Formats: sequence, structure tokens, C-alpha cells
Amino acid sequence: MRQRRFGRLGLGLSTAVLALFLAVTPTLACGGLIGPNGAVNLLRTTTLAGYHDGVEHYVTAFQFAGGGGAFGSITPLPGVPTSVVKGGDWTLQRLIRETNPVAPLAFESASDATRAGAVELMTVKIDALDLTVLKGGSADIGAWATAHGFRLPPDAPEVLDFYAKRSQIFLAAAFDADAAKSRGQQLGDGTPVHITIPTDNPWVPLRILALGKTGGESVQADVYLLTDRAPALLPVPTGENGIRLDHSAAASDSLLADLHGDRGMEWVPSSGWLTKVAIDGTAAQLGFDLAIDASGAGRPSAIDAGFTMPGAVVPAAAVDLSRLLLALGFVGVGLIGLALMARARPSAGRPIGW
Amino acid sequence: MRGRAAIGLGLGLAIAVLTGIGANAVAHSNDPIEVAITIHYSHFEPATVRVPAGRPVTFVITNTDPIDHEWIVGDAATHERHRTGTEPVHDARPTEITIPAGSQKRTTVTFAPSAGSEQYICHLPGHEAYGMVGTLIVAAGA
Repeated sequence: MRQRRFGRLGLGLSTAVLALFLAVTPTLACGGLIGPNGAVNLLRTTTLAGYHDGVEHYVTAFQFAGGGGAFGSITPLPGVPTSVVKGGDWTLQRLIRETNPVAPLAFESASDATRAGAVELMTVKIDALDLTVLKGGSADIGAWATAHGFRLPPDAPEVLDFYAKRSQIFLAAAFDADAAKSRGQQLGDGTPVHITIPTDNPWVPLRILALGKTGGESVQADVYLLTDRAPALLPVPTGENGIRLDHSAAASDSLLADLHGDRGMEWVPSSGWLTKVAIDGTAAQLGFDLAIDASGAGRPSAIDAGFTMPGAVVPAAAVDLSRLLLALGFVGVGLIGLALMARARPSAGRPIGW
Repeated sequence: MRGRAAIGLGLGLAIAVLTGIGANAVAHSNDPIEVAITIHYSHFEPATVRVPAGRPVTFVITNTDPIDHEWIVGDAATHERHRTGTEPVHDARPTEITIPAGSQKRTTVTFAPSAGSEQYICHLPGHEAYGMVGTLIVAAGA
């Protein structure tokens, strides 16, 4: 397993995406939300993707936004998680306070769907959330989602294909709003989820955040990366491409100590690099994911970013036609020269019988 | 004498062949012609179809997506009605078809010359806005 730092930022975002599919109104970090009537309900999401010792820790939250019934989302994951447990109490809030003195709203979610052919690798219930780790292609996931009451938006077939070509692991989250009410959850209450994913291939799903949105609709989310060293990102957050680098510095001792003290956060190292990437663009802009290389090599994967697919062939248009014609010209001239030389050669001297 | 007989035989054969072809054409003029439409990534392919008026047209609609879709063809009033309609599934009228995920449906329609240009649209929530719209041109000589 490669020791890339941020293998699973994508998980957090993916989880948010999963939220898009359920009908109730919780919001998932980095995901899209879809109600039973097909209405999309997205809120800003905050997600932590930490990568240390070859393991990605994805911490996101599903926020109760009122309503009743069921709500869901689907999030693509970079690998098969070893555990899905309730997240710490203050990790996400503490991260926000670290980069913004006035805690902003956070949370967006996304959802997904799966089909009958999907394999359920893990099912976990956390508070009012029913979480299912799925393995399958886009058709399998779509069928599973439909069979479980998810209504997929019209862009889901293409988006599911986009992810399934690179990783066929998805996290479906179903939020039971009635159960949330009975538990006494108030509007805005979030249920943090901590997903642990051994991976050598960290990335954060961003395109899934635009699921169910029209091209001009805005997508907003905050993605925190906690890695051993400053990561190289692809695409580079320029602000003009819908993602913006809001923070990049060595993590403070107090932050690391606070995070380390939260439930399930013992993995947080004593030193690290904190990066905050703000997603602030239109759905049409987010046609990619965020690839992360925290190894120090500085080579984030174009495949992880979704700019190319595994096994993609260089298009024929890459051939330089002028060079090809020039080469053919040289070959033609050479052949003509050889022919002329052969004709000019005296045949009298050639031994008979050759 | 033998030459005339040969010419006569040739003409007879030619007339017989042409008559047969004509009769065959008449016999098949009312047979349905087939038009294939594929749904992929929530779009119709092709997005424009030209069909003849007065002749049955069998549409073979293949949904390659993992989600359900609709193929509803009609005039502006038909589509306006479906934008706010509540029918969950369409299978009672040949011009209104539900195609479940990963399936294929066939439907045969005969368009009147007055149909002119119509649209085929998927009216599931958000699908029309996403671009699931096609144009059907009904032409007398198509």
C-alpha cells in the first residue's frame, strides 16, 4: 500500500454525496441530498480527510435539517473501510475554529443509489443513520438505490459511471428523520461519522457534490486535509476553477492535541500539515475530484482527479500530422533514390547465376 | 419470327417483374418501419427523428441507464399536462411509455400528416431540464 497521505478525502465527500439520495432532510458532508419527492436539498458540508500510516480517516457529519420520513445519500469511497463508527464530538467544529474564528455553516451532502447486483459489504446504524458500504458498478449501485427507495437525479448515471470506473466502493446513508425526532435531535444537529479506510490512493470526491444540480447552481463545502506534510493537489485550487485554497500551514500543537483527544482520533500524529480547501463554484465547474499526494513526491494522480480514466488510450489526434507527412516524404525520397541507384548500376559486372 | 418471340418473352418477363415489385411495395407500405432510440446518461440518441405520416412506426427504445425513464411524444398541450401529471407509470397509450432501468420497450405509432413537428420528452422530475428532449418530425414524404 502506498503511503500517500490523503487517500480518503474523497470518502468524506462521498459520504456527503450519499446523503443526496435519501428522502428526509439531513445533510451529508460533501454530498448531495435528494428528498422523496426528488427535491434536492443541499447544505454546506464540512469534512476532514486525514491520511497517516497508509490509512485514511474520513470524518463527516450528517446534519438534521428538519422534515420527516427518510433521506439518503451515496458517497464514493477510495477503498473498503475497516470500520464505520460514530465520529468524535468536536473534531469538525474544532477544525472550523482553527481556520475561521467565527464558525461558519458547514455541511453538504450527497447521496447515491445502488442496484440489486451491488454487494453489501458492511451495514452500520449510528443514531438515526443507516449506513451501508456497497461494492458494485454504476448499474448495480443504481439498482440497489432504487430498490431501497432512493430517487436518483438524471445526472446520476453519468456521475456513478465516473466513480465506478475508478472505485466500485460506495457508502449509502439513509437518514430516518422520524427516528431523529424521537431521539430529540434538533434542527442543525449533526451526526458525525468516522470512516477508516486503508488506502494508497487518497482522493476527495468533489464532482459528487454537484449531483442533482443544474450547471449554474452553486456548490459549497469545506474540505480539511490533515497530512504528514504539505500535500500536492490536483487540480491546483485557483479559485477560478471552483476550489480555493483557504489555509495551508503546519498544524498547531493545540489543534493536534484537541483532535487527538476526541473520540476515535487517537491516530492523529503529534505533527502534521493542515490544509483547507473551500469548494465554492458552480455545479458545471465541478467535473473533477481532488487528487492528493502527501508523500512528498509532488505527483497527484490525474486518474484520482478524474481527468483521465484507468486504461485510457492517448487519442489519435495527438499524432502530429505534419511530422507524419514529413517522415513519409523522407521515406519516399529514399525509395526513389534507391530505385535510381539500381537502374544506374551496370548489370554487366553482375555474376551470372546470382 | 424467333426474334419477335424472344422480344415478346422479354417484355412479358419485365412486366411481370415490375408488376410484382409494385405489388410487393404496395403490400409493405403499411408495414411498420422501425426507429431505434437509445437513452444514455439521461439523453435521447438520436435527438431528432424523422418519420412518415400515415404509416406505422415502431419505436424500439433502449434504456442503458440504471434509472427509469419515460418517452412521451406529443404536442405542447400533452407535455404541459405531463409536467404536472401524477401517473407513476405509463403503459396504456403507445405515445406514452415508461422504460425501466436497463430495459427495452417497443411501441408502434401512426402519425397523422397534421402532426407536423412534435417533441418526445422524459417527464420524470428534473429530466426535461437536464436535456431529455427530442424532436420528432412527421413528413408526408419521409
